[in-house]
Amino acid sequence: MITVLFFARLREELGQSEMQLAFTGSVAELKQQLIEQGGAAWSALAGENIVCAINQAVAKDHFPIAAGDEVAFYPPVTGG
Amino acid sequence: MHIDVTVQQQDFDIAVETAALRVLDTGIGAIAQFVGVMRSNNEGDEVTAMELEHYPGMTEKAIGEIAAEAGQRWALQAVRVIHRVGEIKPGEQIVFVAACSAHRHAAFEACDFIMDFLKSRAPFWKKETLGDGSSRWVDARSSDAKSLARW
Repeated sequence: MITVLFFARLREELGQSEMQLAFTGSVAELKQQLIEQGGAAWSALAGENIVCAINQAVAKDHFPIAAGDEVAFYPPVTGG
Repeated sequence: MHIDVTVQQQDFDIAVETAALRVLDTGIGAIAQFVGVMRSNNEGDEVTAMELEHYPGMTEKAIGEIAAEAGQRWALQAVRVIHRVGEIKPGEQIVFVAACSAHRHAAFEACDFIMDFLKSRAPFWKKETLGDGSSRWVDARSSDAKSLARW
């Protein structure tokens, strides 16, 4: 099982802050699966500015996700 | 090199923080600081409050990594970063960055570097409440991305 977290505007668009699911594969494959299963609002995940992190480190589309990983998707950051 | 990063709801006192840094290491000859403050206007609109959301755990980790990278580029004795989260009102402090070195140029440059990278990498998101009661998410600035390119 993996944990997937959503933050900020993306969380509001998807209507969900956290989910657990059984998954192994790449970041790109996870996005594709969530978009296919989630419905119209989930196309927001495909936005070119959406950032992915695996275990709190920024990850690219080809990075692998393993069981037990914490994955996060979020919009461009605006701290400071 | 001492690195101390805190993400917290409560306000901070820069006099207290500076005093603590001075006694950390007697080799410190320069402490360069930055304080980020909330403004009452943004993009031409009046802003009455701001909610600062974050990714607990990753914020501290990301800022710690930025501080460590600053320590690779400049000879630093210490870096202290405090970033507030939760509700912030205009005029209140948001973020504090202090970089300590033997001499001033490393301290000034490291402080600038850390703020540029924090703005682009640290997972925080601001949602502002406007004068008319509506709220909106703040957009990332292209100028922040350009600032990164300087380094």
